[in-house]
Amino acid sequence: MVEPNITLTVDEIVVRVASGTTVAAAALMAGTRTRDSVSGEPRAPLCGMGICFECRVTINGAPHQRSCQILCEPGMQVTTGEISRR
Amino acid sequence: MSDAFDILVVGAGPAGIAAAVTAAECGVRVGVVDDNPAPGGQIWRSGAHLPATAQRWKARFEAARVTHLQGWRIVDCPEPGVARAQSNGAEISHHSSAHDERDLHYDRLILATGARERFLPFPGWTLPNVMGAGGLDAMVRGGLPVAGKRVVVAGTGPLLLAVAAHLAAGGAKICAICEQASFGQMAPLMLRVLGQPGKLLQGASYRWATKTSRYLTRCWPVEAQGDQQLRSVILQRDGKKWCVECDYLACGFHLVPNTELAALLGCELESGFVVTDEWMRTSLPGIWCAGEPSGIGGVELSLLEGEIAGLAAVGKTDAARRLSAGRRGGLAFVRALERACRLNPNLRELPRPETIVCRCEDVPLGALLGRPNWRDAKLHTRCGMGPCQGRICGGAAEFLFGWHADSVRPPVFPALVSSFLGPEALDAPKEAV
Repeated sequence: MVEPNITLTVDEIVVRVASGTTVAAAALMAGTRTRDSVSGEPRAPLCGMGICFECRVTINGAPHQRSCQILCEPGMQVTTGEISRR
Repeated sequence: MSDAFDILVVGAGPAGIAAAVTAAECGVRVGVVDDNPAPGGQIWRSGAHLPATAQRWKARFEAARVTHLQGWRIVDCPEPGVARAQSNGAEISHHSSAHDERDLHYDRLILATGARERFLPFPGWTLPNVMGAGGLDAMVRGGLPVAGKRVVVAGTGPLLLAVAAHLAAGGAKICAICEQASFGQMAPLMLRVLGQPGKLLQGASYRWATKTSRYLTRCWPVEAQGDQQLRSVILQRDGKKWCVECDYLACGFHLVPNTELAALLGCELESGFVVTDEWMRTSLPGIWCAGEPSGIGGVELSLLEGEIAGLAAVGKTDAARRLSAGRRGGLAFVRALERACRLNPNLRELPRPETIVCRCEDVPLGALLGRPNWRDAKLHTRCGMGPCQGRICGGAAEFLFGWHADSVRPPVFPALVSSFLGPEALDAPKEAV
């Protein structure tokens, strides 16, 4: 197992992960959901491969990022609970 | 920014890797564009020990003279011979733009876009920690720890055993493996595997790795329970129901080919798959297709089809024809796999009227009942109109109602408005479409 060598924050919670870890995995280590649905349900990754868009989070202020297709980088600031209202 | 290639390969799973390596070793300019953070597709996703075949192909891929666009997605094909690509997550680190979007010019195109899981809606399937079978596997390969976690693996297909074995190796406790098909339905596939030592050995090793877990045929989840996240699953077998407490439900009902790009280009599709000939040519000149989009057949067939497409695309038709003979066994496996994974019609009874079918737009089953077709459902309920563009609910709607997607229009994947405005707009602030 690779040692955790990257530190980032998810909703201001500090998470340490090994390089090669996806932002989606880091988000689930820190909490339980990645976004809120249009009717306000909590959602978390479903497909794990960039298809379903349930893992969308805000990274460094950039919204709608598919966190399962993006690798963690040192100092990233991830915000979950993105709401896509109708 | 613009790039020009003799051959552009879309997808860097086994088929795309084999196609790119084979073509590049013939001396042509090859570009590969792939949505994932690393090559290998889903089956050879990094983060786990890869089989020797995968390591060999990946090494050849790294060594080949190929331009890699890893972590890029194709959003449009604005004119023949041009694919518009966008870099994933480019907005995260900087505001520059010239390097985030490229028009990839190609003389010939090889589509190796792979497949995704089929998801079926049932009460509670939208709860956090209910994932695809391949979905949870991909998350674990992406660093999610599962040591000590209780997992129910469910759905259909050989993928379930492979996923269960990998999760068990990561320290997960596999509560049950639930296969919707009956033993009799899968028997012909098993007999075929008996004649293929490689697949037999692989299957046996997966079962050995999960030997302490129950493998139940004719069994599926009827409800996932929990408040803010999954707590338990109700399983059903032969009319008997019981509750299993668990941390994850990994549930996928076999695979659906990724044919959106082929459809956008106008390639002929039949029964949801891209039509190809013995050289893996599509119905359009200059466009080949290899791997799962032409039939779900697994790694070996994808590699073979990738090699055939790579050879055929550089004009080595004799060499391609020699490989093509080896495809017959693989095609028989495709048919056996399709029959083994045929869904039990009773699975249509799983969702209740309030159960969400379209997760992007939160459209419940009740809103779809009585709709005549997919288009009508889209127009009246927004089903399939969210960012996944029906990639998840489309497979469910096909099974539940027999609906088929009638057209694919650009952008084929959510894209930045700036991609469609030309270079002068690149300095303007970006908004997602």
